[in-house]
Amino acid sequence: MNKATNSVGEVAPQRAHFDTPLALAGGAVLPAFDLVYETYGEPNAARSNAVLVCHALSGNHHVAGWHADNPKNLGWWDNLVGPGKPLDTRKFFVVGVNNLGGCFGSTGPISDNPATGKPWGADFPVVTVEDWVAAQARLADRLGIDSWAAVIGGSLGGMQAMQWALEYPERIRHSLVIASAPKLTAQNIAFNEVARQAILTDPDFHGGHYYEHGVVPARGLRLARMLGHITYLSDDQMAEKFGRRLRQEDLQFSYDVDFEIESYLRYQGDKFAGFFDANTYLITTKALDYFDPARDYGGNLAAALARARAKFLVVSFSTDWRFAPERSREIVYGLVHNGLDVSYAEVESIAGHDSFLLDDPHYHALMRAYFEGIRT
Amino acid sequence: MTNVLGRFDFDVIAKWIRPGEKVLDLGCGDGSLLRYLKEEKGVLGYGAENDPDNVLACVRNGVNVIQIDLEAGLSGFEDGFFDHVVMSLSLQTVRHTERLLDEMLRVGREAVVSFPNFGHRSHRAAIAAGRMPVSESLPYQWYNSPNVRFFTMADFEALCTERGIVLRERLGFDGESAVTEDLNLNASVAVYRLGRAQ
Repeated sequence: MNKATNSVGEVAPQRAHFDTPLALAGGAVLPAFDLVYETYGEPNAARSNAVLVCHALSGNHHVAGWHADNPKNLGWWDNLVGPGKPLDTRKFFVVGVNNLGGCFGSTGPISDNPATGKPWGADFPVVTVEDWVAAQARLADRLGIDSWAAVIGGSLGGMQAMQWALEYPERIRHSLVIASAPKLTAQNIAFNEVARQAILTDPDFHGGHYYEHGVVPARGLRLARMLGHITYLSDDQMAEKFGRRLRQEDLQFSYDVDFEIESYLRYQGDKFAGFFDANTYLITTKALDYFDPARDYGGNLAAALARARAKFLVVSFSTDWRFAPERSREIVYGLVHNGLDVSYAEVESIAGHDSFLLDDPHYHALMRAYFEGIRT
Repeated sequence: MTNVLGRFDFDVIAKWIRPGEKVLDLGCGDGSLLRYLKEEKGVLGYGAENDPDNVLACVRNGVNVIQIDLEAGLSGFEDGFFDHVVMSLSLQTVRHTERLLDEMLRVGREAVVSFPNFGHRSHRAAIAAGRMPVSESLPYQWYNSPNVRFFTMADFEALCTERGIVLRERLGFDGESAVTEDLNLNASVAVYRLGRAQ
């Protein structure tokens, strides 16, 4: 793929400020908030070609292209979004947004709390997938988008795509739920809890008010990310990518890096701890844990999905054990129960949960075919 | 698998399906039948496929497709949800024939199945001449056939009787012409409408 010819190119984030208070699922009310977003492609006259891309745990509004000040930092779904790419910006007006509670410019723990003039820190309310979608709906209003041609997301982003179909059935025509789940399993929550404990017990955490102390709980955040990375890969892929390969010729008989996998995890952990906010990580893992649209329906997912009117594409990946195909099938059968249009593909891939970010030819052919079938 | 016999069985199947029905098409191939039923009858249709290329073809065809392994059964679907469960020219490609037939009539009010009739005169002649049959309805060589079960109309009907499955209607075709006499000998493709005793 030629970067110059099918990239959205240089992009710049925009900021929307909202003055109407937002009542959150946890009971708190945000008096005002900002959302940072990017757009790619052009809206058509009827504004019926808009696609919202929802990010997962560590993502943000920078979905495609690059920023002038950092040309190497391609958007996290750049392989999917662009002119001539599966989500084709010649046809669609694509919107990426940093969610509430995020650490990339939207209102979150690192923003100043208007009541104190100091960063919110741990006082920033725990927000949920429902809250994110409510905030995204405000952005849709602002952009003049009555109804999204599609909302798409992977993992936690897929939960938002699903929630859109439940909360605003008349405002979304297609929901693309990729490598996601209708709720986390106990095992999945358990991983999140270990990640949170790593952060919460870091001596530099200071009850979440570490900004005031001029430190960040980098050790905790690093451990959280290392753990995450283990669960995003498959056993097979780790074996293929790293095996038992040593960093140096011989065993070190010390606690420095012996194996390549150790080096990889340390590198990923350090990198992440250098740019991501620990409070945002805590909030986001809670949003993951809390998402369970069937909860208000006695655990009956099909009953919860009855409100939806969108057409769905559900995709899972064969070696994804963090968001296993079985979880996607639960969504599919719940949709069929309600007589909703749904297609489901289980893509063969070695790359585990991370597969949804890769450009496997079959996966991308499916995405391309589905987007081509969406009428604007 | 993809329909190798063209679309003449579509017309037959479509005749048995009323507008607006819920239809499940097992082994739906590229989704041509579902598309036809959607356009002609306005059905709410879902295809079941396990071949990635066929899943992609269905998405391109604009029909619902669910990637599942039919050998693993239809446990995700509810009892009696569908008006018709169709299996067009695929029954011979699944190993657990009995279980699948039971499953079809669990999730559907009626089942419609079509399959190549191994008992057709040309196939009998091939066997008599000492070779496995290769014909328009059985176009594969023995070593590359996706078919894993080889049966005649008589075999199939015996199984249905044994399983308490009611034959509501049956048709035989040779090429594209309907066969009326001695179907098991003269039909290369059989199409059945099946149900349970009330």
